[in-house]
Amino acid sequence: MDRRSFLKSSLSVGALAASGGIAAPAIAQGAAKTLKFVPQANLANFDPIWGTQYVVRNASMLVWDTLYGVNDKLEAQPQMVEGDEVSSDGLTWTFKLRSGLKFHTGEPVLAKDVVASLTRWCARDPMGLMIKAIQKELAAVDDKTVKWVLSKPFPKMRFALGKNNTPIAFIMPERIAQTDPFKQITEYVGSGPMKFAQKEWVPGAKAVFEKFADYVPRSEPASWLAGGKVIAIDRLEWVIMPDPATASAALQSGEIDWWETPIPDLIPVLKRNRNIKVDIADPLGNVGSFRLNHMHPPFDNLKVRKAVQMALSQEDYMRAVVGSDDSLWQLLPSFFTPGTPFYTEEGGDILKGPRSIDGAKKLLAEAGYSGQPVTCIVAQDQAPLKAMGEVTADLLKKIGMTVDFVATDWGTVGQRRASKSPPGQGGWGMFHTWHAGADCATPAAYNALRGTGDNAWFGWPNSPNTEKEIEAWFEAKNADEEKSAMARINKAAMDDVVYIPTGFYKGFQAWRSNISGVVGGPLPFFWNVKKG
Amino acid sequence: MLGFILRRIISTIPVMGIVALFVFSLLYIAPGDPAVVIAGDQATPQDVERIRTALGLDRPFLERFAEWSWRILHGDLGTSMFTGMPVTQLIGQRLEPTLSLMVITLILSIVIAVPMGVVAAWKAGSWIDRVLMGFAVFGFSVPVFVVGYVLAYVFALELELLPVQGYTPLSAGLWPWFENLILPSIALGCVYIALIARITRASMLEVLQQDYIRTARAKGLGQRPILFLHALKNAAIPIVTVIGIGMALLIGGAVVTESVFAIPGLGRLTIDAILRRDYPVIQGIVLLFSFIYVLVNLIVDLIYTVLDPRIRY
Repeated sequence: MDRRSFLKSSLSVGALAASGGIAAPAIAQGAAKTLKFVPQANLANFDPIWGTQYVVRNASMLVWDTLYGVNDKLEAQPQMVEGDEVSSDGLTWTFKLRSGLKFHTGEPVLAKDVVASLTRWCARDPMGLMIKAIQKELAAVDDKTVKWVLSKPFPKMRFALGKNNTPIAFIMPERIAQTDPFKQITEYVGSGPMKFAQKEWVPGAKAVFEKFADYVPRSEPASWLAGGKVIAIDRLEWVIMPDPATASAALQSGEIDWWETPIPDLIPVLKRNRNIKVDIADPLGNVGSFRLNHMHPPFDNLKVRKAVQMALSQEDYMRAVVGSDDSLWQLLPSFFTPGTPFYTEEGGDILKGPRSIDGAKKLLAEAGYSGQPVTCIVAQDQAPLKAMGEVTADLLKKIGMTVDFVATDWGTVGQRRASKSPPGQGGWGMFHTWHAGADCATPAAYNALRGTGDNAWFGWPNSPNTEKEIEAWFEAKNADEEKSAMARINKAAMDDVVYIPTGFYKGFQAWRSNISGVVGGPLPFFWNVKKG
Repeated sequence: MLGFILRRIISTIPVMGIVALFVFSLLYIAPGDPAVVIAGDQATPQDVERIRTALGLDRPFLERFAEWSWRILHGDLGTSMFTGMPVTQLIGQRLEPTLSLMVITLILSIVIAVPMGVVAAWKAGSWIDRVLMGFAVFGFSVPVFVVGYVLAYVFALELELLPVQGYTPLSAGLWPWFENLILPSIALGCVYIALIARITRASMLEVLQQDYIRTARAKGLGQRPILFLHALKNAAIPIVTVIGIGMALLIGGAVVTESVFAIPGLGRLTIDAILRRDYPVIQGIVLLFSFIYVLVNLIVDLIYTVLDPRIRY
């Protein structure tokens, strides 16, 4: 017991003796079942289809359930469904809901709710949009059965409905799911293992979730989003702490139980504390990105893009981002997440071995580069991006390029990167970002890898070869075909320099040692977490 | 007097109008796009554009300003683009922690700074004066967040006497409420104490050289009544003025202090709103702060009449 707890207990005992009441022990008992968690960011909105930030997804996982859920091998497993049937031609999917599913209002989950929810999700999700494009009919057959008829087989259906990439196909009551997908819902009723205490929500400060007593977990062991989501706490409080030093101090003093994203600088302090456990938060980590503007000079020229690619040292970037802890990063001659089943380095040789500054200069000369400035828009309020931006400015100068370094904030980068104007007229030449490793395990939800030119993600790379192979992956009928398609995708995207990966890095999470059941994954899983 | 108060209150209306126009224009020309933040990093440019349309961000400046002004005139500050909650509700949720922090800081600062300044003036040139003014320079020079971290480290982590962070509403009890505000108030109050102490000293030095103080001493009046009854009252006008002006300092300092101590107040709401470009919230908060500032100045003007009966409006 620490000094403050002792003082508080003494005061409580004193108050108890004075009042003759029993309030203090009741409070103490209640507190034991409350888990206090500091999330990665503020829960500013709570519509997982409208706002696709990871923090919204993570909170939504508690409140809403999904038809399928991926396990730690990224395989989609049944969650709300009892099972499914696929017609022999692969065109008709029939889903049967399992028994005992209830919304937090007590209403049963019905097929019509599923239809409305999937319709809303399809309007926003990249895979949903693909399904919508080949959809002939999505209808409720009866209260527990949903039928989805397509004009073309879609083998990745289960994965699409169970993936952890945003937006997720959450099931909501029909009346809520009928909201325009580009407008925010205002009622947060789901059928997940915890209820959202809307009245206690103070955006920017606190969000509270309470155990949903009527939730029936699956019988299988939990594995990420799959299996039995057994809630072992009564109440979960998300406490928003934007300042890492404060969160660190609060964890050390026991005012919070679990901190999702401690910064590398504070890890040694936390590791020294015997009451705190520290471990890798997400084995799937993050992929750093050097995003180039393919639409305007100089990066509209493949040779210029290649010049940067051959000179770029991922080690420099990773050391700038995570510091001296070598266990937190690795070289990534690939667009995909290391350690995942279909990981490939095909075509990634250009990112391996000694870096070639001279080769880059030669290639720039061949490309006819004549000193046009590269407008680097670098967010200073995101530590990894600021660090990567500084390495880039140095790299570009070393190979003889002129740098126009625009130091700004992430909100402004977000706006400016959407501009297709030339760099000197409000546009840009390059920016840094990162992609969650879970999004980069396959091409399924990997918008940044698409090479559809004008319709592609910011930078607008035009890579027909990459697109052809992505299509082949979606149509792959087995794991071997998928693996082969991903190797070809990696090579095509490396050849065309869709973007340049700056390395693979991971982060830590930290929690009090009286908490058990914490597992690593692409998001914090609260099921099976116990306190005390 | 009543007429003066009414005139001053009415005169705040054009001030608020100018503030409103200024804030709206500034946010309009500032870079950044809330739709981008809402849509997330994986969103396509088409998604972002549809969200912009849904939020009405694609409409012309004048149309948006006219609609916003009309709502303000009806007491409606609008709805947050991110939370979907009314701005008044968001501000209401955050008002108590910020007001609590400011009130405690204000009381603490006055209680410490005024005697400090009086004693420094009384002992002008002595080592006591130098120590006190040295502390004032320290208070001015060290940033709020540094003081905050040091206090949290010593009193919360090492001595385990006070909580590191958070806020407990007053409704949960006086001590839990006060316990959370002790360290933030000291951190926030440092600059304020330094400012008030220095002004008090300067003002007192001037008054202590007046003839009536010499007369009081000649009459054999004790040092305490001379300092606190005769001199301080006459030196109070600049002190009250600086306390009023210093409210802006407190508001600015509260933004940092609330972040360091994770207090869910208006300061943190302001930062969050600015980083996300949540225009209705930023506009609502700036209007509120400007109103508070105008109100404080009015109160200061009224206090002048109490301190100096010669002042009449």
